[in-house]
Amino acid sequence: MERRSSRETILQVFVFVGLGLLAVVFLMPLLWMVSTSLKPIEETMKMPPTMIPTSPKWGNYSEAVRQIPFLLYFGNTVWVSVAGTIGILISCSLVAYGFAFLRWPGRDLFFWLTVATMMIPFPVIMVPMYGVFRKLGMIGTLMPLWLPCWFGAAWDIFLMRQFFLGIPKDLLDAARIDGCTELQIWRKVVLPVAAPVMVVVGLFHVIYSWNDFLGPLLYLTKQEKYTLSLGLQFYQSQNGGTQWHLLMAASVLMVLPVLILFLIGQRALIRGITMTGIKA
Amino acid sequence: MKTFVSKSEFRWAMLFIAPWVVGFAVFMAYPVVVSLMYSFCEYSVLSKPIWIGLGNYRDLADDDVFWISLWNTVRFAIFALPLGMLFSLGLAALLHISVVGRATFRAIFFLPSLVPVVANAIVWMWMFNGEYGLLNAGLHVFGQQGANWLGDPFWAMPALIFMGLWGVGGSIIIFLAAFQEVPVEMYEAAELDGASSWQKFWGVTVPLISPVIFFQFITGIIGVLQVFAAPYIMTGGGPMRRTLFYSMYLYDNAFRFLRMGYACAMAWILFLIILALTLAATRISARFVHYQGT
Repeated sequence: MERRSSRETILQVFVFVGLGLLAVVFLMPLLWMVSTSLKPIEETMKMPPTMIPTSPKWGNYSEAVRQIPFLLYFGNTVWVSVAGTIGILISCSLVAYGFAFLRWPGRDLFFWLTVATMMIPFPVIMVPMYGVFRKLGMIGTLMPLWLPCWFGAAWDIFLMRQFFLGIPKDLLDAARIDGCTELQIWRKVVLPVAAPVMVVVGLFHVIYSWNDFLGPLLYLTKQEKYTLSLGLQFYQSQNGGTQWHLLMAASVLMVLPVLILFLIGQRALIRGITMTGIKA
Repeated sequence: MKTFVSKSEFRWAMLFIAPWVVGFAVFMAYPVVVSLMYSFCEYSVLSKPIWIGLGNYRDLADDDVFWISLWNTVRFAIFALPLGMLFSLGLAALLHISVVGRATFRAIFFLPSLVPVVANAIVWMWMFNGEYGLLNAGLHVFGQQGANWLGDPFWAMPALIFMGLWGVGGSIIIFLAAFQEVPVEMYEAAELDGASSWQKFWGVTVPLISPVIFFQFITGIIGVLQVFAAPYIMTGGGPMRRTLFYSMYLYDNAFRFLRMGYACAMAWILFLIILALTLAATRISARFVHYQGT
């Protein structure tokens, strides 16, 4: 065990103070958001501003929800994230199973191609993608935002395959001897063992859908189909510059689900970030 | 290495990968091929594409706005990427030291990176607001006169770069995880040689995690060159096109001016730039990046 020298203690005090100050700065935009969301409109235009609203106006939230219309956009966003996440989890785990556990001619070449597509920036395929969905008659619907998820995604297939390769083959062989079909093995053996990677991929996809702005901007044409991202931006562009208290209330409501997700899934989230960021 | 592939295994395999065969073909291979073709065509969605050879690329070379958007993006990248990496590396180093409340600090610095981009943009528009924004209120306390940040041709770009530092939480987590991988013996050896914390950080930690730094740099380049949503919402490319980024001009061409072939040409140029930078970075890094064993 190391003994704590006084030098080290001084360093720790300095670090603590430095981090503390920076943490306050980092939290400021969020506090400012919450603070503004509770002010009556006159108070948002006061200089110097009040950090704690003189009398919190909770009514801003109901007004924001009504005006924006928040619940409609919220419902659309939930639908896109849930449908997309289920699709990603099913399709990618199936495909990753095919890449990790089954042997077939051309497998390695196809896997290599899959990895290579991760290099391609979205703008390259943006215009033809729009064309594909136009031909399918899906422009203006939510489908372009979740349907492709049911057909796999390179990153997630890659992540799952990496994880699957770490599962002992004996486990699968034992199930095969017991007469399980591959599909049964996928469901009863691999999926339960792969829970950690499934949680990570699912969580990431939910956050991605919640965040996505470009997708909705491209494909959604009618206001009643807007997701939160697009809807909030639309409201901002219509009423920007005045209704800051309502905009901040809506922003709080948009951040809140992600925050809750963070509190529940903190460990998985951090594991996922390290998994995708270091990928040995 | 010929392994016997049974018929049933092959059939199962086709079943399992079927979704991706379709997905790959429809949402990747086809769009990539068609996009390359469009880039040599005049195409407006409304009518059939007309082959014009290198016409789009020649027009781009003469398009001032194209060069402005490219230059803005490069300028943004040159500042945002190194600043962001240094900042997150520094913060991670501080968060690696065991201090009271370390877990809370980590959560606080990570949190902003989770804020959805639209909410992030709107909150910072309000922060940067010239009249009632918190930033100017803060500056006022120190007797400084703040600008109308996002509306000022000079300040709009630095403001966006500054805002980016708020969202470095992801890299902090990655660097922290990388620090964990550095063997304790390396530090002990350095300590025996009388190295200070500062020397240990630059002499031991940084070289040992250089593959992670490099990987962050590459993904950073790819991300930073495609920046779109925040400036689209916050400035719309203004004032005076000072924050008109490459992907915004690309989007405008495709979906506002309906010059889809032109937009595809831009996308391919972007891809080539990314590819070239990645290759160059790989070459250069071979000298600095230190891969351990294996």
